Amino acid sequence: MNRLNVELPGLNLKNPIMPASGCFGFGREYSEFYDLSVLGAIMIKATTIEPRFGNPTPRVAETDAGMLNAIGLQNPGLNKVMAEELPWLSQFNVPIIANVAGSLEEDYVEVASEISKAENVHALELNISCPNVKTGGIAFGTIPEVAKQLTRKVKEVSEVPVYVKLSPNVTNIVEMAKAVEAGGADGLTMINTLVGMRLDLKTGLPVIANRTGGLSGPAIKPVAIRMIYDVSQAVSLPIIGMGGVQSAEDVIEYFYAGASAVAVGTANFVDPFVCPTIVEELPVLLEKLGYEHISECKGRSWKEHGQITYHRA
Amino acid sequence: MIQKELCRIISQREIAADIFELTVQASLVRQINSPGQFVHIRITDALDPLLRRPISISSFNREKEQFTMIYRKEGKGTTKLAAMKPGMELDILGPLGNGFPVEEMEIGETAVLVGGGIGVPPLFELSNQLVAKGVKIIHVLGFQTESAVFYEQEFLKNGNTYVTTVDGTYGIKGFVTDVLKNLRFDCIYACGPTPMLKTLEQHYLDKRMFLSLEERMGCGIGACFACVCKKADDATGVSYKKVCSDGPVFRAGEVVI
Repeated sequence: MNRLNVELPGLNLKNPIMPASGCFGFGREYSEFYDLSVLGAIMIKATTIEPRFGNPTPRVAETDAGMLNAIGLQNPGLNKVMAEELPWLSQFNVPIIANVAGSLEEDYVEVASEISKAENVHALELNISCPNVKTGGIAFGTIPEVAKQLTRKVKEVSEVPVYVKLSPNVTNIVEMAKAVEAGGADGLTMINTLVGMRLDLKTGLPVIANRTGGLSGPAIKPVAIRMIYDVSQAVSLPIIGMGGVQSAEDVIEYFYAGASAVAVGTANFVDPFVCPTIVEELPVLLEKLGYEHISECKGRSWKEHGQITYHRA
Repeated sequence: MIQKELCRIISQREIAADIFELTVQASLVRQINSPGQFVHIRITDALDPLLRRPISISSFNREKEQFTMIYRKEGKGTTKLAAMKPGMELDILGPLGNGFPVEEMEIGETAVLVGGGIGVPPLFELSNQLVAKGVKIIHVLGFQTESAVFYEQEFLKNGNTYVTTVDGTYGIKGFVTDVLKNLRFDCIYACGPTPMLKTLEQHYLDKRMFLSLEERMGCGIGACFACVCKKADDATGVSYKKVCSDGPVFRAGEVVI
């Protein structure tokens, strides 16, 4: 019995577990540890038109139960991703979700138009929420009207469904979700990292060269759960949830909040086998909790309670 | 091949102020291919500290399947590690990276091994292997102060060893570079703080030279792009090397340090 298969726009997933963009490169390093075909999907590293070096180092700093990063969208550029990375990934039986980034609207449109033609790219993840670049990224992800417009433009050219990656660094994430839904998004991925900072005890200066970085890891899981809980009740789009997932228990919690699939980020750095381990442990946990299929968990936090939403001040 | 293994601690002792020598039982020793490689250690199953800690391999024994690391107790991760006792287990990922090329030296040539502080440990295995090959060795080891000095006797068994301290409380007062200018050699192998490596690169570019770099790491296997450095011959501005998986040892002049 397959308790884990999930159908989402463009994605026929054998299980709902996938590595999150930016935490898995293009899969090469992790393929040394296990067969990538066991994954539900792979969200590859953000791709821009031109190659990017990214930010100066240090680019990462550890925090309590989390980490800050400011890589700065380093990637080999669209041509190389199309010519080398995606063909290499096609040896695995796994759908690819291509993370699309840029500085200007036309950058996103060009990358989306090209990368969506690759045979193994089954969906796009529109990165309007990277907090570590000066232009583009989060600039598109904090103003609802701008996000809606960009989503619409990308939808016009993309040959596969478009998921929009939402930033938690906004006052009202439901408003953002509604805007990209109106723009024609097929799904949401959430959340990107929270902007944070760490200062060195001796120098008093920021530990990360970029000064600020994106906070990820278990520390941000409650924020993601709350946002998915709110958004999943307000829009009809499927949500791929992410933020501090490290275990099968975390995956169930994300489903309860309203997610339809779950991505694993920082935990890959702690344990390179974390994704296949979760895939193995999920059916056992579902059995223990009395579910026949993981879809039964979806939205349980609000479905069985008459959609009570607690209003925040 | 990189392995992830639960390794039992054989011994742990403090060999200088806040400097610990830790030996573990590990079949991953069989995968070590050069001195200067490192491992990535998960110190606790708990969430704090969350990330692994990269620590260099200072020596190993293939037959006994054991390897030794020397690290400085500094932050909360290494403080926890220093409190661990023989018999306890550590989650270790490794061996990682590319180490020092022993094959660059011919029998009868002279190599100088330059270490600064906690950069000294990986030079010990290198020293052992170069001696076994018949290469003449000079060690120049720099420390802050007398209480920080370690492994002088161990290095002395392999060849000439100069110890410097910044404050002059032990050995020669000054920096490793002060000693180096009076020596004759064919090749430099170095590991230590970035300013030390920069100085070496400026002064000895005419020599064969291999430098082990340090950079803040995330995954340790090349996936997260935290520890990149620019390539020196970079016309485009975007070419790079990863310290964890392309390094940590680079030929001098290959990357910008």
